[in-house]
Amino acid sequence: MRPILIQGGRVIDPSRNTDEVTDLLLRDGKVEALGRDLGTPDGAELVDAAGKVVAPGLIDLHVHLREPGQEDLETVASGAMAAAAGGFSAVCAMPNTDPVTDNQAAVGFIVSQAQRAGKARVYPIGAISLGQKGQQLAEFGELVGAGAVAVSDDGKPVVSSHLMRTALEYARTFGIPVADHCEDPTLAAGGAMHEGLVSTRLGLKGVPAAAEEIMVARDILLAELTGGHVHLCHMSTRGSVELIRRAREKGLRVTSEACPHHFTLTHEACEGYDTNAKMNPPLREPEDREAIREALRDGTIDVICTDHAPHHYDAKEREFDDAPNGIIGLETALGLAITELVEGGVIDLPTLVARMSTTPARVFNLPGGTLAPGAPADVVVIDPAAPWTVDAETFYSKSRNTPFGGRELRGRADLTIVRGQAVFRRTPPGGRASD
Amino acid sequence: MSAPSLGKDLVGLEPLSADQIRLILDTAEPFKEVSERPIKKVPALRGKTIVNLFFEPSTRTRISFEFAEKRLSADTVNVATAGSSVSKGETLVDTARNLEAMRIDMVVIRHGSSGAAQFLGHRIRSNVINAGDGKHEHPTQALLDILTLRDRFRKIEGLKVAICGDILHSRVARSNIWGLTKLGAQVAVCGPATLLPRNVHELGVTVLPRIEDAIQWADALNVLRLQLERMHAGFLPSLREYNRVFGVTTERLAKAPRDLLILHPGPMNRGVEIDSDVADGPHSVILPQVTNGVAVRMAVLYLLAGGSPDWSQQTGGVD
Repeated sequence: MRPILIQGGRVIDPSRNTDEVTDLLLRDGKVEALGRDLGTPDGAELVDAAGKVVAPGLIDLHVHLREPGQEDLETVASGAMAAAAGGFSAVCAMPNTDPVTDNQAAVGFIVSQAQRAGKARVYPIGAISLGQKGQQLAEFGELVGAGAVAVSDDGKPVVSSHLMRTALEYARTFGIPVADHCEDPTLAAGGAMHEGLVSTRLGLKGVPAAAEEIMVARDILLAELTGGHVHLCHMSTRGSVELIRRAREKGLRVTSEACPHHFTLTHEACEGYDTNAKMNPPLREPEDREAIREALRDGTIDVICTDHAPHHYDAKEREFDDAPNGIIGLETALGLAITELVEGGVIDLPTLVARMSTTPARVFNLPGGTLAPGAPADVVVIDPAAPWTVDAETFYSKSRNTPFGGRELRGRADLTIVRGQAVFRRTPPGGRASD
Repeated sequence: MSAPSLGKDLVGLEPLSADQIRLILDTAEPFKEVSERPIKKVPALRGKTIVNLFFEPSTRTRISFEFAEKRLSADTVNVATAGSSVSKGETLVDTARNLEAMRIDMVVIRHGSSGAAQFLGHRIRSNVINAGDGKHEHPTQALLDILTLRDRFRKIEGLKVAICGDILHSRVARSNIWGLTKLGAQVAVCGPATLLPRNVHELGVTVLPRIEDAIQWADALNVLRLQLERMHAGFLPSLREYNRVFGVTTERLAKAPRDLLILHPGPMNRGVEIDSDVADGPHSVILPQVTNGVAVRMAVLYLLAGGSPDWSQQTGGVD
């Protein structure tokens, strides 16, 4: 394995409060040194990062890779490649596969598929309950032993408060968070979008913000009761942010995440019955979007995740009520975060790296998220100013369901390195791969 | 003189201008007379093929469209499919492509999903007419309601119309709100809070919580059909209570400061949202609404097929 010397980039490492133009040397799969005058090791690959940002590889705590079960939509390999192209060195795969990732063999399968792919790291998330049925706890000990980093029944809320309580208590033994999809199913039943003026005009059944907030409040109370670590998935409402802010002030072990679509779009995107704007939780109102942005600024919401949810174009090419929820996000997340949040004046680049790398690593207790010497050589080189236009046809993901097609963004990954090896290099237009 | 046209499809009244709505109403006027002739037929759509694609059960609307088409000399086919297309296996987009391949000129669609008419209209070259899509719009029903109001009051501007009942699930309510407000009417909605949609006041309507308020305020009441399944879904405690609290009854109407015109899109639940003596009474225009329905649908079909508003001056067919 050749050493890699990344020269002259703006190195941002929130784990050590580093933000300076300097060089970074990677050797034997680890970060070796940071600084000027590191010398050039024999055979080292030189990367000119002038004008670029060099950061620990991005980490996405929430993706759906569809394998096993729906390999026509995505596989571990195609998802890991899409992740690498988006600047992610690691992603966490939700367990709503078919069969459900609720046992050690299923977890081991995903780990081995990820190793075979050799792109971004893929960490499985195990199910909370067998079959995600919300009844019997899965074997957390065996899931963790096989490589699971968290548990979640994502896609479905944990309806039973008793089950959520026992999950939070039992997960403490293994030091893993319980990630919950917060949705009161009786309030959300049949809903296709956010309940508000747009749903009223379109004649679609709405999901009120309270459907999410009720479960956020419950989960916070249960975190207090149990001392367990609850991680609240894809927060979308102002009320959720307020509840989390109070829980954090009390010092509870409550972490949370938000998606680019929720800090970029509102329910207006559903106009014309655009099924690529159909997701769960739904796109909300401008006040909710502002609250999510503010929460990402002040750290009330810890991390940016994608909720990458591949669907076949046929599945979205139908009546709004019948179309499935979700959009892909791995290859647009960084560009949206830079364009909307950094260029939008909400956060600076070091905060962005914290929300997309350093903090996610801490929240799920993962390797990476740091450029400290001896840390894994998981690195991303970002061109923060590169203008580009979203064209789903160029994506590495097997699916194309994005509401951002044609959108002009700034900022994207040029080079993604995992375990000291380049897993993605952007080929300049009309040119050969950069060295 | 260049009259406004309707464009390719009629998916709702929200996208239409006041001029476009008036064009339809004005075009419907001479078509009323066609239905009074001994030979109820004009050659306006001779040679045109129209499919009536009904994914939901409907008697009144389907028959009304079919008469309108036949009186315009179009060739028509009725396709009635229970349940949504998804449960049948074929997707709506495949249905659309098949219709396209058969080179039909127009599709009249009734579907349980909001947005289905627009979905179809964006995918085929044929004209698409929305005969009711989910909880979204039912534009021809609102047009016939407005035509009936105009017949009685001579003008819509300044008129006070209260739409009463299940606004939340009603496509008739939404289309009436758009059509009436665009023409300058004042619109109120009245019903149990469980059956009023969120932010409905932002559509430019007044919310009246009690039927007594609506009766005091309005020139006309448009009384919506209460879908009986709403009670089972927990929106209402009972039909008896609905009639007691929200029913349009003779006793309540007796307290009105003026004679109220009573509309109902049908089919009625007598004794639930409306009492029989009101429905059959002197101020009810429920049957004139049905008559106007054929004329309005003839006007819409004719205009979308490219006809000009002064058809009655023409002697031959239109192509």
